[in-house]
Amino acid sequence: MTAVPTAPTIRTPRTGSRTPGEGRRAALLLSPTFLVLALVILYPLISAFHQSLYSSESGLDAQGFVIEGDVFVGLGNYLEIFAGAESGRFYNALGNTTFFTFTSVALETVIGVAFAVAMNRAFRGRAFLRAAVLVPWAIPTAVSGLLWRWIFQADGIANALSGQQVLWTAEGFASQVAVITAEVWKTAPFIGLLVLAGMQIIPEEVYEAAKLDGAGAWRQFRSITLPLVKPALLVAVLFRLLDALRMFDLPFVLIGPRKSSVETLSILAWDSSNQLQYGAASAFSIVLLVYVAVIAFVFVKLLGADVAGAGEQRRLRRAAAKRGGVR
Amino acid sequence: MRRRRHSAPLLTATALLGGAALTLTGCAAGSSDESAATDELTGRGPITYVSSPDASGAAQKSIDVWNAEHPDEQVEWIELPLDADQQRQQLAQNAQIESDAYSVLNLDVVWTSEFAANRWIVPLPDDALPTDDLIPATVDAATYSDTLFAAPYYTDGALLYSRTDLLTAAGVTEPPTTWDDLRAACDKVLALPEAQGMSCYAGQFDKNEGLTVNFSEAVASAGGTLFTEDGRPDVDTPEAKAALQFLVDGFADGTIPEEAITFQEEQGRQAFQDGKLVFLRNWPYIFKSLSAEDGSSAVAGKFGVSPIPGAEEAGVSTLGGRNLAIAANAENKATALEFIQFFTGQEQEEARLELSSRAPVYGSFFEDEAVTAKYPYLPTLLTSLENAQPRPKVVKYGETTAVIQDEVYAAITGDKSVEDALADLQSELESLAG
Repeated sequence: MTAVPTAPTIRTPRTGSRTPGEGRRAALLLSPTFLVLALVILYPLISAFHQSLYSSESGLDAQGFVIEGDVFVGLGNYLEIFAGAESGRFYNALGNTTFFTFTSVALETVIGVAFAVAMNRAFRGRAFLRAAVLVPWAIPTAVSGLLWRWIFQADGIANALSGQQVLWTAEGFASQVAVITAEVWKTAPFIGLLVLAGMQIIPEEVYEAAKLDGAGAWRQFRSITLPLVKPALLVAVLFRLLDALRMFDLPFVLIGPRKSSVETLSILAWDSSNQLQYGAASAFSIVLLVYVAVIAFVFVKLLGADVAGAGEQRRLRRAAAKRGGVR
Repeated sequence: MRRRRHSAPLLTATALLGGAALTLTGCAAGSSDESAATDELTGRGPITYVSSPDASGAAQKSIDVWNAEHPDEQVEWIELPLDADQQRQQLAQNAQIESDAYSVLNLDVVWTSEFAANRWIVPLPDDALPTDDLIPATVDAATYSDTLFAAPYYTDGALLYSRTDLLTAAGVTEPPTTWDDLRAACDKVLALPEAQGMSCYAGQFDKNEGLTVNFSEAVASAGGTLFTEDGRPDVDTPEAKAALQFLVDGFADGTIPEEAITFQEEQGRQAFQDGKLVFLRNWPYIFKSLSAEDGSSAVAGKFGVSPIPGAEEAGVSTLGGRNLAIAANAENKATALEFIQFFTGQEQEEARLELSSRAPVYGSFFEDEAVTAKYPYLPTLLTSLENAQPRPKVVKYGETTAVIQDEVYAAITGDKSVEDALADLQSELESLAG
């Protein structure tokens, strides 16, 4: 999760068309990569989808022993998810997942950008602040879940400081607030650091020119900083979106499994597999996968997040064309 | 992937791979209902012992003794995660893929039925264990379908911890035997000036296994059961209503403090240890930290234990603890059986009590004076265990405990009425039973 594709990778300039042999050689050279990809991505995917078409059937014989076998149910598991008796639980989890994702990503984007702006200034102890900001991100989520559980428990610091008796780790809105707080605390630094990286390549002269033109701090931020860090910011937000959609450990550790106000799709999938219903669990995972893919697609299309560096390439090409014209 | 033309052979290759994957999983899915040969436990040689971590090191000591005596039949310890759900999942998965990697399984008493019904573990010979010396409830918890499937390893029962100093100050001499006694005692204690800010009673009411334990205990203590003798769910009864009502009323009138809805074992222990509770239902393991003399416990020397109270008479504890069983796919089952006999034998249980304070399964220990001098709660625990009830003995234990937690939690948080919660629970348990 640390490699961030903000800077374009170095490309060798392509001149003229390739020879026919070149393409074949490229395919040959790349085939081990594709083979590995097929093994580690395609195989589990197909296997999960296949599994999701089965349901474990179990009955008991006269002595009380399980007669088992997997039966092919086609899309039955999916039907069960969307329209079955337990579908309420699915829609609730879908709602929670969406709610957590959008609230926490929105909050951490705002806070992260604010962090970045603060850290981009030259001041004493800047290096220390940067290192300190990274700490929440560096702590494993399960550990920070425990940490926040301790803060939010009935006689914890949160209640002691506020003087209120809020039962954060029981059910309800308070537990959602607890999860979002912990999530934002943990991941705002991630956005902050990516945005900071984006800010540092903005030349100082641009700001000086803006100052001469009489632009205030807010105007500079809106007209210079924000547009120029947009590619980095969008990639950061996309990463966070994808990450938050499969949120599992934080609500699981902080509040506990099967609490309906914080149950996410991942927890639902875990719960099914824990009951040894691998068919239903696979179906949940596939549904989650599709949901994540749809959100990512919409995000990339709507906001034009430059994930693959395609825009960079276009710009280079345009620049090259212009140079050619001048010559 | 931009240049599709050249990746055609690759696609074919991946499709083939995918096809192979389908065939593989297809095979795995269809072929697991052959029953293992269960009658003969044969084969000698190295085996594995698969268990939860043991911080006390006591189990490892026993294994070392065995290994020193049996150079050709070494036991290797495979340690599972601490979380019980993960342990169960790992054990079940290993059984489903029919691996022979696990020989002797350390099972929570509530999993034994599930593992036996799925034939993941094998029955033990009738004469394998000195069952007459064992506490009957522990033998019952290791039995499924009238057959002994596992050896009781250690046992656990509920205790009522009470603040004897405050009770004495309030003029209450006897620990409460019924819920009414408990409330009456609380009324007197909480009127004392030194009991300011305290609450009456707590158990484990967070939505996890502890809630199932506390609820089934309350039902049994009101004279009911969750399942009939032949395994049909039976929770829409006056006894279950009385039990759930006791918990709901407790939360409503403040007998049980509001925050107890977030209590698992440790939070309750902390509250009692900090002197915030008059009574606490918990397991014996907390006895040690409550009596700590290093200043960490505000109640050291000020508390006592008694059996948990019930509706009309003394309550009925839920049975906790662990069993050892032999995996159906294991090799060297003869060694495995012998190891189990050695490991759960009187000598090793006695040696381990010293280190781990896990309650042994032999009744005689609990009356041994040298032992009870050191562990004063043991006689009370024996009383608790003698009429303890196992948690529901059902095959789909995971799903059963989940629906129990859902409905009971809904009732005690006020989302559902007691009647609705029990009626829903009954119908959900019926649909699980199939």
